[in-house]
Amino acid sequence: MELQAMGEAYGKSSKHFRRRVVICAGTGCMANGAMKVFEALRKEAGDHGISLDIELDFEETRDRDGLLTKSGCQGFCQMGPLLSIEPDGILYCKVRPTDVAEIVSQTLLDGKAVERLLYPHPTTGKPCRGRHEIPFYALQQRTVLKSCGSLDPEDIREYLSQGGYRSAAKAYLEMQPDAVCGEILASGLRGRGGGGFPTGRKWEMARVQPGPKKYIVCNGDEGDPGAFMDRSVMEGNPHAVIEGMMIAARAIGADEGYVYVRAEYPLAVARVRRAAADAEKLGLLGDDLFGTGMGFRVHVMEGAGAFVCGEETALLASIEGQRGMPMPKPPFPAQCGLFGKPTIINNVETLASVPLILAQGAAAFKETGTPASPGTKTFALTGHVANTGLIEVPFGTSLRHIVYEVGGGVTGKDGRISEAGFKAVQIGGPSGGCLTREHLDLPMDFDNLTSIGAMVGSGGLVVMNQETCMVQVAKFFMQFTQNESCGKCVPCREGTRQMLALLDDITEGRATEETLPLLEMLARNVKVGALCGLGKTAPNPVLSTLKHFRDEYEAHVHRKVCPSRVCKALMTPAIEASLCKGCTLCARKCPVGAIIGERKTAHQIDPGKCIRCGACVDACKFNAITGA
Amino acid sequence: MDATAKVAQEAGRRFEKVIQILDGHNRDRTRLVPILQAVQEEYRYLPEEVMTLVATSLGISPAKVYGVATFYSHFALQPKGKYVIRVCDGTACHVKGSQDLVDALQGKLGLGGSRKTTADMMFTLETVSCLGACGLAPAMVVNEDVHGQVGPDQACEILEGIRQQEGM
Ligand SMILES: Cc1cc2nc3c(=O)[nH]c(=O)nc-3n(C[C@H](O)[C@H](O)[C@H](O)COP(=O)(O)O)c2cc1C
Ligand code: SF4
Ligand code: SF4
Ligand code: FES
Ligand code: FES
Repeated sequence: MELQAMGEAYGKSSKHFRRRVVICAGTGCMANGAMKVFEALRKEAGDHGISLDIELDFEETRDRDGLLTKSGCQGFCQMGPLLSIEPDGILYCKVRPTDVAEIVSQTLLDGKAVERLLYPHPTTGKPCRGRHEIPFYALQQRTVLKSCGSLDPEDIREYLSQGGYRSAAKAYLEMQPDAVCGEILASGLRGRGGGGFPTGRKWEMARVQPGPKKYIVCNGDEGDPGAFMDRSVMEGNPHAVIEGMMIAARAIGADEGYVYVRAEYPLAVARVRRAAADAEKLGLLGDDLFGTGMGFRVHVMEGAGAFVCGEETALLASIEGQRGMPMPKPPFPAQCGLFGKPTIINNVETLASVPLILAQGAAAFKETGTPASPGTKTFALTGHVANTGLIEVPFGTSLRHIVYEVGGGVTGKDGRISEAGFKAVQIGGPSGGCLTREHLDLPMDFDNLTSIGAMVGSGGLVVMNQETCMVQVAKFFMQFTQNESCGKCVPCREGTRQMLALLDDITEGRATEETLPLLEMLARNVKVGALCGLGKTAPNPVLSTLKHFRDEYEAHVHRKVCPSRVCKALMTPAIEASLCKGCTLCARKCPVGAIIGERKTAHQIDPGKCIRCGACVDACKFNAITGA
Repeated sequence: MDATAKVAQEAGRRFEKVIQILDGHNRDRTRLVPILQAVQEEYRYLPEEVMTLVATSLGISPAKVYGVATFYSHFALQPKGKYVIRVCDGTACHVKGSQDLVDALQGKLGLGGSRKTTADMMFTLETVSCLGACGLAPAMVVNEDVHGQVGPDQACEILEGIRQQEGM
């Protein structure tokens, strides 16, 4: 078959390269100057007479020095720009253009690793040569993300040489729509966009709808703050998403599809556009897929900055050229969706998993994860954790494993690992909740998380240390949903506004006995009364923090203190004269000179000057400063 | 040419571009969002008379176009500065101190409250809810350039860099 031949030809010609150098060109590494490294490397290699081709020539069978390519995000963004060299199995971190000369002379010419660019093992300090030695990578199970960071997302032949589009060919040539639906259903795949709805069931619902016109929509809106999994898949392996859409199209009988990408992701937009155009050029998309006479085309649409457009009915309205307002369900989009036609909306990661399932079979897919949540899940690990970045682990993995093993532990204010530092993890963004110390060993899957009032959501994991005020966290999410409420229904529009006002009262010291009961009542009402998922889940961060950190709320309300010393309005630092040794440390730390006192005598704070930064409290070794 | 003629000519040129954009989208009213995006790319904001023209050409009411334009946060009804600085205030950036960046930049630019653009039309300062570069929190974008792990002093340095480049 032509597809296979093309993949093989590519695979063969790439064998003629002695080395392959991959530079991460994900958003994070580019922000850190990856492209400058790329250019410097090309030039330096050239100066040494090493040819680093950046484009693979199909016909070329002569042995060549090396191939230099870009990849999507490799996940370890904090250590970027990343540069890997195969087959040596070397991964260099934080590479600067000034390091390039050494890389060329030592590694490319001599085959030796430049030690200072290797990642030092966090416990032993020994330089790790490659991914298999770096705990961050070794402890994950990367399947959906596997090719993100190894293949060149802008070259369709790379994807083909790794078996790409083979699953789509199988779906069109060897399977009937009901069999495709059946396979996905049997795999137990659940939607990765938040709700965890069984993908096969959704497809089946659309498949049985009559009529020749149906749509597939890929939801790449990813509005959750703190999440960038979908971005990385679209940037790192866009063909997997397109192939997933083709398979979905075959399953329900659709001939047109949209990828809706948020406008903040220009690189993802460009790469998905390019992927669709390249697939069309090869005849993989178009009027006649695999010679079956069946057609499928993909359009790429940019969002325009409205979080609520991630909600499926709102997203469809937006594609139709309207305000992106949600509609009550039913009818479900699978019955009556885009332009009134049956429509499947799936998340990016869901669709990227589909070709893998067809390739390996439903049974093999079910071997990973838990019985009710099979497979792996990508998470964006951020906040007060040593290794921030993009990770992928099987469902059922514990939070402890993620935070302490993969993430390398919780960091304190100074950025260093602090053993006792862990306070909570916020999961699932503005629709989610908090996990605390008591949940560290809970196997994380859709149902376990829902049962404790949190949710997988899209997969944002924000680690928070002891210096985080949970009321402020709740307020942050409330502010977000209040801004993003589309305003269509009253419980969401007015309810979130009032909840935010109550939270303001709490953090600014105006709360009374009534505030907490009122906040709770309001939260429950918004949850049941709102029209769409945005409003229905908006109270979750509040309810969840109230449940797990009630004492913190109460300290704010009743004692008017913020135990984490974050809420400035509640701080009235004062020096307890009997404890003060007059060491002057606080006075030297105070940025505004609000502390006065002679050496060896008790100091005093001038409340008029004090800006309530808390620096003095941290500075005092005798715990003499209170009220903050 | 007198001033009014100049203005008229200017307006004519403006509309020509809009017509091109409309034609490029086959005057399809379902393509309203991408049309407005293209228009905004051209003018850096959505001038009122252009929205009216778009409405008439697509056969929909100006109120509807206006409704769509105000719904999405990407559409600006006021002109923006030459450099649009967007500080991320997503969860990851927030817990790592993005507010300090905003405060520092606001101070430097003399902005605050509802004022988001400097009087000389050079800088617009906004916050956004996540740039998807959370591994590098706190992050900010100047036009298309993403900067990661930015502290308040670095933010000010970046600003100074632009000012120097502009000879300010
Ligand atoms: C307010 C709101 C925002 C949402 N944002 C997203 C999003 O950014 N990406 C996404 O895939 N799903 C999002 N969803 C969920 C979608 O409505 C939908 O359930 C999902 O795209 C279905 O895909 P899946 O079954 O593959 O998960 C959002 C839902 C709500 C209520
Ligand atoms: S719940 Fe909020 S976002 Fe959803 S429809 Fe109502 S107002 Fe709009
Ligand atoms: S809280 Fe900050 S400003 Fe106030 S006295 Fe202490 S160090 Fe000075
Ligand atoms: S962008 Fe390079 S590792 Fe994430
Ligand atoms: S939270 Fe700032 S980039 Fe995502």
